[in-house]
Amino acid sequence: MKFGIVTFPGSNGDYDAYHAAAEALGEEAVYLWHKDHDLKDSDVVILPGGFSYGDYLRAGAIARFSPIMTEVVAHAKRGAPILAICNGFQVACEAGLLPGALMRNISRRFISRVVTVRVENATSMFTHEYFAAQVLRLPIAHGDGRYIADPDVIASLEDDGRVAFRYSAPDGSIGDAYNVNGSVNSIAGILNESGNVLGLMPHPERAVDPLLGVPDGLGLFHSLLAGVAA
Amino acid sequence: MELYRVPVQIVPRPGILDPQGAAVVGALKTLGFASVVDVRIGRFLTVDVDADSAEAATLIVQRMCEKLLANPVIEDFALEAPRVQPRGKS
Repeated sequence: MKFGIVTFPGSNGDYDAYHAAAEALGEEAVYLWHKDHDLKDSDVVILPGGFSYGDYLRAGAIARFSPIMTEVVAHAKRGAPILAICNGFQVACEAGLLPGALMRNISRRFISRVVTVRVENATSMFTHEYFAAQVLRLPIAHGDGRYIADPDVIASLEDDGRVAFRYSAPDGSIGDAYNVNGSVNSIAGILNESGNVLGLMPHPERAVDPLLGVPDGLGLFHSLLAGVAA
Repeated sequence: MELYRVPVQIVPRPGILDPQGAAVVGALKTLGFASVVDVRIGRFLTVDVDADSAEAATLIVQRMCEKLLANPVIEDFALEAPRVQPRGKS
């Protein structure tokens, strides 16, 4: 399987995503330059974390007009997997690949630490190697991660099982104390209607090596590998 | 063609939690401004555009707001009346 990782000016998670795909998984990985119109035959496209265009105007607002995004949106429309992590999630929302928006953390602080998230949907192409309600330890590093959307959008996300991950306690319980950035319904990650675009604030690509802690992010990449190869 | 300056205000939509505004409310109360009820923090832009008329300048900047400058999920925008701007001055 070939992973294409988009590099925007200001991306800083692209090398981590490359490492996860090429080293941890042992699959083919290529960088995709934001000014190009070429996905280089990638199967999975990763929109990585970082601060594309310095987060000017709004996080992700300018990156969505990068030339490569035309191809990324077309790739998504064909049903191909798009993994949008952190700033990539913000870009995906701005580009209309996912509903809603990500606003300043409720604490107003940039938060960089390992959090626990509960797997809410364990049947998607990104998550089927996890089990339902499994609690993962994943790092977060963001200032604008508070997920928000209109109430009818939230209702349809919940009803359709499109909430992929929720911030939780280590025992899996949900509550304000564990809702690290104040997201609506503790939402940490969502799927699009067709289930082929996942946006999440935590960094699975930074949790793939036992040397750096618990490799709980690996399951996401293994899910993609099993799902798309099948 | 004239150069028009179009002021744009962008604010969080009603009901959208604004943590920055909440922090400023707290600071104002600490300073003794007990009457403060709410503060919303947005951004103020001036966009200079070449246009044939003030109406045309407004229309162009309105489209800019819809496409890029504001995110309708979380923000409202309001345009002020365009002003003719002398060229070469910022």
